[in-house]
Amino acid sequence: MTRAAAAIVRKDLLVELRTGEAVPAMVLFSLSTFVIFHFALDRDSLSGELAAGVFWVTLLFASVLAIGRLFVPEREQGGFDGFLLAPVDRTAMFVAKAIVLLCFLVAVEIVAVPAFAILLLGPSPWGALPGLIATLVLVDLGVAVIGTLVGALGVQARARDLIVPILLLPLLIPVVIAAARATSPLLLEAGAGALPGRWLGVLALYDLTFGLVAYAIFDFLLED
Amino acid sequence: MFGRGLRLLSILSVVLVTGAFALVFFYAPNDADQGFLQKIFYLHVPLAIVSLCGFVAGGVYAARFLRSGDRAHDLRSYVAIHMSLILAVATLVTGSIWARASWGHWWLWDEPTLVAFLIVFLLYACYQPLRFSIEDRDRQARYAAVFAVVAGAFVPINFLSVRFAQRATTHPRVLGQSDALPGPMLLTFLVSLLAMTVLYVTLCKYELTSKHASIRLAQLRRRLAGDDDLLALPRSAAPQEL
Repeated sequence: MTRAAAAIVRKDLLVELRTGEAVPAMVLFSLSTFVIFHFALDRDSLSGELAAGVFWVTLLFASVLAIGRLFVPEREQGGFDGFLLAPVDRTAMFVAKAIVLLCFLVAVEIVAVPAFAILLLGPSPWGALPGLIATLVLVDLGVAVIGTLVGALGVQARARDLIVPILLLPLLIPVVIAAARATSPLLLEAGAGALPGRWLGVLALYDLTFGLVAYAIFDFLLED
Repeated sequence: MFGRGLRLLSILSVVLVTGAFALVFFYAPNDADQGFLQKIFYLHVPLAIVSLCGFVAGGVYAARFLRSGDRAHDLRSYVAIHMSLILAVATLVTGSIWARASWGHWWLWDEPTLVAFLIVFLLYACYQPLRFSIEDRDRQARYAAVFAVVAGAFVPINFLSVRFAQRATTHPRVLGQSDALPGPMLLTFLVSLLAMTVLYVTLCKYELTSKHASIRLAQLRRRLAGDDDLLALPRSAAPQEL
């Protein structure tokens, strides 16, 4: 399974490097959203809860772009058929796509976090960085797992572009709650406060539960 | 197939619902703070509990469908979620009325129970659009089952995280409260809960029987016509085959 998953990951990352479909779009989307928030809220700098809210909402909406496209090439260019004919574990597809999505998210965040700090964030980002990275890792894992599942659910639907966001957003509300609560004390004007550990616990529980559920159930989405 | 015991269940639910309302209006004492208004509690809370349990039951049937491939479980899962959605709308409406009357607002955002319930409702409201947008019958059943299992696991996680987020306690906790309900109120509440559960099961059974009958009818029609293309199945969110 590891080799099959690694092959799919390598293929997807190569395609992304050559065509640049998902990541540049997500980066541009995040930057435009920061600009929109600047004008919509009419604020030059944000801090505390507002900063955390704007940051997480932007990232999650950007992730919708990648999730909607995640399985489309496999469907349109016969990747599913080839994969189902190959004598490999079906779960390899889930693991590979989740890793690919995780890579996309990390790549977007490498640009979006500094951009957010420069464009909108009031207080200095350095004190918040370790806590922010810890939260980002847990959030990315959760989004990767749920996103892969919803992407696979939506790809066969006729109204794919409609189904993916309306399924994804309610499922990600607990992630937004936990991430926003965890990071809002870090981004206070008065300096970074302590990272509330229990929110990281909620995120970890979310990742674990849905990781197991998705791992157990993903095979049924590929059976044809 | 699904119709067995329907008569008994119908009689039982009529008796229990009538009995529960009789208890609510003539037996249970008026609440000291809220007076007569508090009686909506005996409708609102059972609605909420039964609809959440129905969502989880839909997930359990979906898991059994995935394991066994038996289309009857898919139908059960669909009906359980469909009925629960109706009860969930009723819960939101009665809750809103109660909130307006007792707290003065139609909606309170700092209430974990309200917010968590709304999120669960929004998620399950996508169940039928998802089914409707997948044309292939086998795939529709399988994908809907995957969604139902994930959403069933989502219900407890969501309540946990929303409750963590807000620690306001305006919304009363019914179960596991330290100052429990006094005897007559507790009895009335338990009878109402039982009545709502039986009503839910009865309604599910009726819908199952009706869906099953229309599926059979369509099958017979197709056999008479002798041509599958002549009477093509209309696109539908509900299961159309058994």
